[in-house]
Amino acid sequence: MDKPKIAMYWCASCGGCEEATVDIAERVLDLVNLVDIVLWPVALDFKEEDIEKLPDGSITASLINGGVRVSDHEHMVKLLRKKSKIIVAYGACSAWGGIPSLSNLYSEGEFTSRAYHEVPTVDNPRGVVPQKSVTIDGVELKLPEILPRLLPIDRVIDVDYYVPGCPPTADVTWKAVTTLLSGKVPPKGSVIGASEKALCDECPLNETKPDKVLVQDLKRPHEVIPDGEKCLLTQGLLCMGPATRGGCTALCVKARMPCTGCFGPLDRVTDYGAKAASFIASIVDFQDEESIGKVIDKLPDPVGTFYRYTLGASTLGGRIRRNKA
Amino acid sequence: MSDQFEPKIALFACNWCTYAALDLAGTSRMKYPPNFRVIKVMCSGRIDPQFVVEAFRDGADGVLVAGCHLGDCHYIEGNYKALRRMTLLRKMLDTMGIERERLRLEWISASEAARFVQIAREMVEQIKPLGPLAPRLQVNQ
Repeated sequence: MDKPKIAMYWCASCGGCEEATVDIAERVLDLVNLVDIVLWPVALDFKEEDIEKLPDGSITASLINGGVRVSDHEHMVKLLRKKSKIIVAYGACSAWGGIPSLSNLYSEGEFTSRAYHEVPTVDNPRGVVPQKSVTIDGVELKLPEILPRLLPIDRVIDVDYYVPGCPPTADVTWKAVTTLLSGKVPPKGSVIGASEKALCDECPLNETKPDKVLVQDLKRPHEVIPDGEKCLLTQGLLCMGPATRGGCTALCVKARMPCTGCFGPLDRVTDYGAKAASFIASIVDFQDEESIGKVIDKLPDPVGTFYRYTLGASTLGGRIRRNKA
Repeated sequence: MSDQFEPKIALFACNWCTYAALDLAGTSRMKYPPNFRVIKVMCSGRIDPQFVVEAFRDGADGVLVAGCHLGDCHYIEGNYKALRRMTLLRKMLDTMGIERERLRLEWISASEAARFVQIAREMVEQIKPLGPLAPRLQVNQ
């Protein structure tokens, strides 16, 4: 019998998910014994046309990382959907848009202008910006088109499973892959490889967390050297653990960094950013408007903080468009 | 066009104070704008910011969250939680480009039917010039 075929593809991502896949280290040998990898642009020389030649539904599972930012991403995820039995949104960007989806707070003109002209490190004296097509020496070169907003892949194609994380850890990846290959797959739409409980459940500092956490000040990580033996929330650090899915074994907290929420929402949460904001706001230990406002103003960028990985999948999707005049 | 625009406003009213005020406004035959869709909840502390953004996505042009006056909460401190949550949510909605007038938090006690009517009128007048929200949301485009 042929080995099951696996495809891995990247869309709008940073390459971190690819690194994470490599982090499964020597287990990669077990993996290639079990499956045939038919597409993996970062490591193997298969092309789009190789995928096009495969019969529909012949790939057992495609793991796609990165969100859909340009027309080419849209084309590739649709192609992989057609050729695959199972589509896995691998990593935060693919599942909810991830950090790149914070670009949904800006229009295309705003972010290209920022990236190609305004950033202090940009040296672009001729003011070059990406063009859809350009003719050089009689040859037409084409670039994919930038879409109006960054979308998680499930807004473009049907997605079967989600693997959370920015990036998913090696253990989470391995657990997800073995779940897929076990044949005992969970219901469609499930998150695989991670926990069903919030991060606090597996956090080593959980036992130091009081029943009722209250804070009178919110501190940013650079403002304080945290006590590594005490729940970070009680020290005023904005730890997203209570609102975030576990599965990473609290790696950041073990390094005294508060959780930033990369494992995303728990089941039944419809909007991670609103939920996380709800929980942080409710532990502010003041009752008058002025003091509450002061604590909340300590957050310079609440949308970037609470929607850091999930703006693309948020209820509102990003910044609203201006009224058309 | 804007003359004809009638905003839809979701009103989350707490069971103990604001909902009773709405009842009183009705039984006293006070006139107030018909733009409100009332959702009764046990306490303003029950209003998760998720509900507010969902209301906006589903077509609300404004959201009014209303509960007992501070210190009068039936559950002692639910309205303080509402105050903290809506303060933070409003800051987030600023970044998302949603005008401040569209989310309002008010304390309306059971006897303050007239106050509700005044707030209702004010809110409708403030939202009218802003126009409909739903078509401008990225998720609806």
